[in-house]
Formats: sequence, structure tokens, C-alpha cells
Amino acid sequence: MTRKAFEQQLRELLGKMLVLGSMVEQALMESTEALWKRDLEASRRVVERDREINDRRFALEALTIGLIATQQPVAGDLRLLAAVLEIAGELERIGDYAKGIAIINLRMGDTLQPSVPAEVTIMSQKAADMLHRALIALVNKDVEAARAIPQEDEEIDAFYLRIYWDLMGQIIRDPSLIERVNWLLWAAHNLERAADRVTNICERTVYAITGEMTEMDATWDELERENSGLLQPRSPF
Amino acid sequence: MEQPALEIRNLNIYYGHFLAIKDVNLSIPRHQITAIIGPSGVGKSTLLRALNRMNELVPGCRTEGEILFDGMNIYDPRVDPVEVRRRIGMVFQKPNPFPKSIYENIAWGLRINGFRGSRAQMDEAVEGALRAAALWDEVKDKLHQSGLSLSGGQQQRLCIARVVALQPEVILLDEPASALDPIATLKIEELMRELKRDYTLVIVTHNMQQAARVSDYTAMMMLTGEGERSGTVIEFGPTKTIFTNPRDKRTEDYVTGRFG
Repeated sequence: MTRKAFEQQLRELLGKMLVLGSMVEQALMESTEALWKRDLEASRRVVERDREINDRRFALEALTIGLIATQQPVAGDLRLLAAVLEIAGELERIGDYAKGIAIINLRMGDTLQPSVPAEVTIMSQKAADMLHRALIALVNKDVEAARAIPQEDEEIDAFYLRIYWDLMGQIIRDPSLIERVNWLLWAAHNLERAADRVTNICERTVYAITGEMTEMDATWDELERENSGLLQPRSPF
Repeated sequence: MEQPALEIRNLNIYYGHFLAIKDVNLSIPRHQITAIIGPSGVGKSTLLRALNRMNELVPGCRTEGEILFDGMNIYDPRVDPVEVRRRIGMVFQKPNPFPKSIYENIAWGLRINGFRGSRAQMDEAVEGALRAAALWDEVKDKLHQSGLSLSGGQQQRLCIARVVALQPEVILLDEPASALDPIATLKIEELMRELKRDYTLVIVTHNMQQAARVSDYTAMMMLTGEGERSGTVIEFGPTKTIFTNPRDKRTEDYVTGRFG
């Protein structure tokens, strides 16, 4: 029995997953930078390129399903292919979040108010970086990295909170901004959700490597903290 | 867990001085299908044949350890091997019907095992066995034609009917579908799933997809010991676990085709 051909196909598959991942990282960072710089042309490009992300997601799925049908993988191979199927979907959704941010920028048009908090760009870079390392962890079968990355989600949540208070401050100063501030909140929320999906990718990676299905989502911890008053929205005055 | 159908304890099998099977401990679950998988020459068939004392027919073969069947060691000198083989039947790789009619293939086995019923009772027993082997509808109009006139898949089901007619408790199958085409193979697999309601099945197969499709439990065998020449069971568990998340690296390497 030879695995030569199959190994080669697996490498190609993971290569394609990494390419899709890079496109999604780029979309995430570009959409946010465009929002910050109020660059409508750049946002249009992000929306346009989302179509290619969707196409590549389907191509990645078709390739994976083809391998399942023809190679009848078991054990670690099966878990890897199952993980790639899930991850393809997660990447597509992160791409949608980037597109959502681009659409928010286009809707805002060329108004200068409310001002976009600078944290959004740092937050998107952080999320994109986590995504990048999560996919590398899968390719390198690095289970420690896959377990560690979701813990960084706390930083993302902290950025989200700072953006939240920045925007609340702007509403208080000028209540007429409420609708646009709401859009910006959605943009920040999209980044926060993108990082959550990185956690899902890490869960799949741990599954692919160890066969263990564990929830790494920190939402429950967040709720606990909220109840203890830590995340309770407080008046800035 | 329910009382296992067969319990193998500290089993060693020698061919002359050669230790072929080393220290196997295994509980075969009742009314389940257990598959034995592993590379060629690892002793899968030897282990299977030990389960109904078939190895004794091989000159120079010696067995140590116990195989408990209903709490009784089948290797106990007081146990009649013929009775063991009736209660634990075997189906072989190549279908081997007797050169007799389809009807006689089944009736003959019943008669030599002391069947004393009327003609009508015999007809009933033959029909029951052929139905159990999912062959009745295909052969009911030609019961007196030769068993050899059937297709390979039908011949194999006839051999299963022949075993079933003796009302065994366990059916051992040694590569039962390796000489059959994919459709006939699927029929045998379907039949195995039907049979497990009434019998315990143990199957040796080279075809890992078959083991994955058909079995509930899987025993993975590998060479071990001095010079890696003796076969043993290195991992046993639910088939789903063996094929999605095996514990032993060697099992993973084998089922994913890294060697074998």
C-alpha cells in the first residue's frame, strides 16, 4: 500500500486552505483599514473579492469531499479532512464579516462623524494574526499552539470594550450620531465574532490532531465575569 | 457489559517451535460482529481457527491458554471438538458447497448431526436456513439443482445457510467475501448484520473498509515479540473508535495505509 499520492493530495489540500486563509486575513485587515481611513474604493474591492473567497471555499470543500470519496480515509486522515471541511466554512464566514465591515464603510459614505476608533485596526490585525497562526498550527499538527490561541481572545474582547466606550462617548456628545455609531459597533462586533471563529478553527485543529472534541469558547467565562460586575457597562462619568 | 460470547485468556499458539500467536486476551461480545484485522501473516486466521478448535487439524499445531465459551474452556480434554465446531460454525474464504443439490447441502449437515425429524420437518429446516441466509427467494424453485450451479455469492450464502442450519451460537467467517464481486460482497455484509440478531459473528478480513462497514468491534493484530515474528492483538475496541481515533500508533499507521 502506498500513500505517496494521497500524501501529495493532502499537502495540496492544506496548501489551498492556507491560500484561502490568507485571502480572508487580508480581507479582514483591508476592510478595517478602509473603514478607519474612510477609503470607499478599498471597501469596494473587499466586497468584490469576497466572491472569490466564496468560490475558493466551495472548491476546497469539493476537493475534500473528493478525497473522502476516493481515498476512504480513516483515523487521523479522516479527522483532518473533517476538520478542513469545517474550517472551510469558518473561513468563509470570517470573509463575510470582513465584507460586512466593508459594507458599513460604504454606507457611512464620506461623513467624518462619528470618528472610527483607532483600536479597530489593532483589533483586526490581532484577529488576522490569530487566524494565521491557527491555520499554521493545523498544518504543523501543533496541538499546543491550537490550545493556546483561543486564550488570546480575551485581548480581542478588551479591544471591543474600549471601542464600545469610545463610541458611547461620541453618542453622549452628539446623540444624532446614534445610527452611524450603531454601524461602527457592528463593525467591531464583526471583528469580535471573527476571533470567535478562530477559536472554532482551533477546536477543529485539536480534534484533527488528538481526536478530542473540546469546547474552547470563553463565552461562559465572559458571562461569569459580567455577572461579577467586571464587564458591566459603567458610566464613563 | 453482557457476558461475552467467547473469552480468550492468555492464548499462545505454536506451529512446532514457532510461536505464531502470543498472549492474546480478548472478550468477543455476544450478538455483535467482531472483525479481526491486521497485516498478512500476522495470524488472523490462526486466531479465528483457534475459536472452534480447527487448528487441531493442522499437524504440529499446539495451543496454550483458555477460550471460555459459556463458562467452559473449549480446550478442556472433556470437551468434544465436534460439538464445539457445531456450536461455533465456520464459513471459509472460498465458497465450498458439497457437489450435491442445494437441498442436500443443508439436509446432509443436519442428518450427520443427528436430525431425526420427518421429511416435512426437514423441508422446514432447510427453508428456514435458506431464508436466514437470504437465499430462499433465489433458490426455492431449484432446490434440487446442484449447489455448484449457483453464482459465487449465492454459493457463499449457501455455505452460511449450511452453518446456520446447525443452529450454532457463534459463526466464524474467514475472509468470506474476498472471492466475491462488490454486489455479492454487500449482500454478504447485509446478511451478517441480519444474522447478528441471533448469532455472534467473528470475521477475519483484509478489507479494512469491510471491517469498518460491517463490524461493531475490531481487534487489531500486529507482529510482536522476539524478532517481531509472533502475532498478537494490540488494540481492541468499538470499530468507530478504531477507525476514527485509534489509541495505538501502529493501529493508526495500519488503518491509514502507512504500512501493511
